[in-house]
Amino acid sequence: MIEGILIGLQTVFSIKNFIMVVGGCFVGTFIGMLPGLGPMSIIAIMIPIAVSLGDPATALILLAGVYYGAIFGGSTSSILINAPGVASTVATSFDGYPLTRQGKAGKALTVAAISSFAGGTIGAILLLLFAPALASVALLFHSSEYFALMVVGLSAIAAFAGSGQVFKAVLMTLVGLMLATVGEGALFNMPRFTMGIMDLQSGIGFITLAMAMFAIPETIFLILDPARSGKSSDRNSDISNLRISKSEVKQIAPAIGRQSIQGFIIGVMPGAGATIASFLGYAVERNISTREQRDEFGKGSLKGLAAPESANNAACTGSFVPLLTLGIPGSGTTAILLGALIALNVSPGPRLMIDQPEIFWSVIISMYIGNIVLLILNLPLIPYIAKVLTVPRTFLIPFILFFTLMGAYIGQNNSTELLILIGLGVLATILRFASYPLAPLLIGFILGPMLEDNFSRATQLYDGIGFVWERPITSVLLVIAVLLITLPAIFSRIKKEAY
Amino acid sequence: MALDRWIALVFALIFLIYGYTAFFGMDHLLAPIMKKNPIWPSSFPKILSVAGLIISMLVLFNIEKSSRLIGDDMSLSKWQRYRLLDASLLVLGMIFYAMFLRNLGFFAATFLFLSLSGALLGERRYLLLITISAASSYGIWYLVDTILGIYMTPYPQFLRNFGGS
Repeated sequence: MIEGILIGLQTVFSIKNFIMVVGGCFVGTFIGMLPGLGPMSIIAIMIPIAVSLGDPATALILLAGVYYGAIFGGSTSSILINAPGVASTVATSFDGYPLTRQGKAGKALTVAAISSFAGGTIGAILLLLFAPALASVALLFHSSEYFALMVVGLSAIAAFAGSGQVFKAVLMTLVGLMLATVGEGALFNMPRFTMGIMDLQSGIGFITLAMAMFAIPETIFLILDPARSGKSSDRNSDISNLRISKSEVKQIAPAIGRQSIQGFIIGVMPGAGATIASFLGYAVERNISTREQRDEFGKGSLKGLAAPESANNAACTGSFVPLLTLGIPGSGTTAILLGALIALNVSPGPRLMIDQPEIFWSVIISMYIGNIVLLILNLPLIPYIAKVLTVPRTFLIPFILFFTLMGAYIGQNNSTELLILIGLGVLATILRFASYPLAPLLIGFILGPMLEDNFSRATQLYDGIGFVWERPITSVLLVIAVLLITLPAIFSRIKKEAY
Repeated sequence: MALDRWIALVFALIFLIYGYTAFFGMDHLLAPIMKKNPIWPSSFPKILSVAGLIISMLVLFNIEKSSRLIGDDMSLSKWQRYRLLDASLLVLGMIFYAMFLRNLGFFAATFLFLSLSGALLGERRYLLLITISAASSYGIWYLVDTILGIYMTPYPQFLRNFGGS
């Protein structure tokens, strides 16, 4: 293994490859900030450039840099303008945007950068040590386990069930699950609830819904109440401040450690990916926090920001395990990377490490180098990125609305999608006025198709719901989900009675 | 009745229609061989509709004493203080942008949207506004269309027809 690491280091530290990592991170970060262009689209766009480089190691190093850069870029738009362009950064906006509203955008971006770095680093180390062993464990997960994992992911909604909001949060989740059933499902191949509208055949787009739920209501609120955005000078005072106090480091460090490991393990499982890792990370950290810390979640908790960010990045690293060791793409992004590998005449699988060790190890090392480069590149840039918020509202608001519309348009090239976005955005604004939490709707929408598909597959395999008690991992995961939802409520009741 | 309960009533009606479709409008479309499966395309929607209806009712009848979302300071009771006209006009602007994006082309539609929205929000440095709107329209089109290769109609319909493409 040491020999392999040395080969990887030698490959990555050639001037050409190093420029590729830096360039990839830079390009990925800036394009990733545009809502609608997630890592998957950016990698797909970069493949022709990567393939034209000729050398598979160099090409993969460039793509790995783009991948990490795009993930961080996506988090930036979530934190600054509440516009999560990809599903895996939705959980980042839960606490990232409230921090921005408190004038702590610089701090939020710093925590996100450090958490991403830590998640990626821990993920890369775990990948280095356990890749082959973990690949075989991942294959133990079948549809019933994935179904149970999605249920655990749904328990994240407990975080939004603030005092007196439990039923509203559940109702919003059900609305999200309902919206996810619109269109042609992957398993049944039959259009459902499309009302004869052709544009609904492929369902409601994720970006459309995410922008409608988060970015549009927030921007409408900024228009309705100019005082909400604060005076430029007020915002300027603390916006570029990156400093994190010792107590804050103490608070977030254990969460980063836990969620990096948990995120990596989830990332290893084909099909689970960064989205479920980020929701699960958020839910777990909230549920194991003290009551005071738990109350902060959703209102600008640093822990609530660090947890999904580190889990998300570690999961991205983890998703390389099945790709490199088994040749199985665990996510959309790794499926595109698999296509790139094949185009470069590289066959990922158990023999990759033996036949082409320079590729295997250089990808792993470049992930780590990519994380370091990203941190070095981004930390000095954060004050400038955060200054976006000091732009006068007469310019800022039209641009936020424009990027929101573009996010939905780029993916679909369809004006109907824009009208759906505006309609849903107005509805979401009314829901916000009525104190309905909107994040659970999006969580339900994202996890819904995976939940239904895996439940259906498991039911077909077991000819009923016998898998719930026949498969031990499924049973354990479902028990964990029930505990995650109920225990905090029970504990708080016990505490109340004790006083 | 408070707004949140009115909304719960609307959701209850939506779940009722959704449930009706799931229970009575889907299964007859299923091929006979698929009816042997333990789970049908309507199974999940059936569960959702029942659960949705129950939870909507619980919110409607205020079983759980609901309070305002913590940290959210926007309230309908302060509506007189809000700039409702500005918000409505900007939403209308978005609708026009969506409807005329193809006909007007990306440059013209984006330039008009950015400059008119800025002016509506109170920007009076018109030269700056026009310059930034024009530069951004071209810059973003160049990035998305030329660099990233995602096609976006740049010019108005009549110019494209005139050019024969």
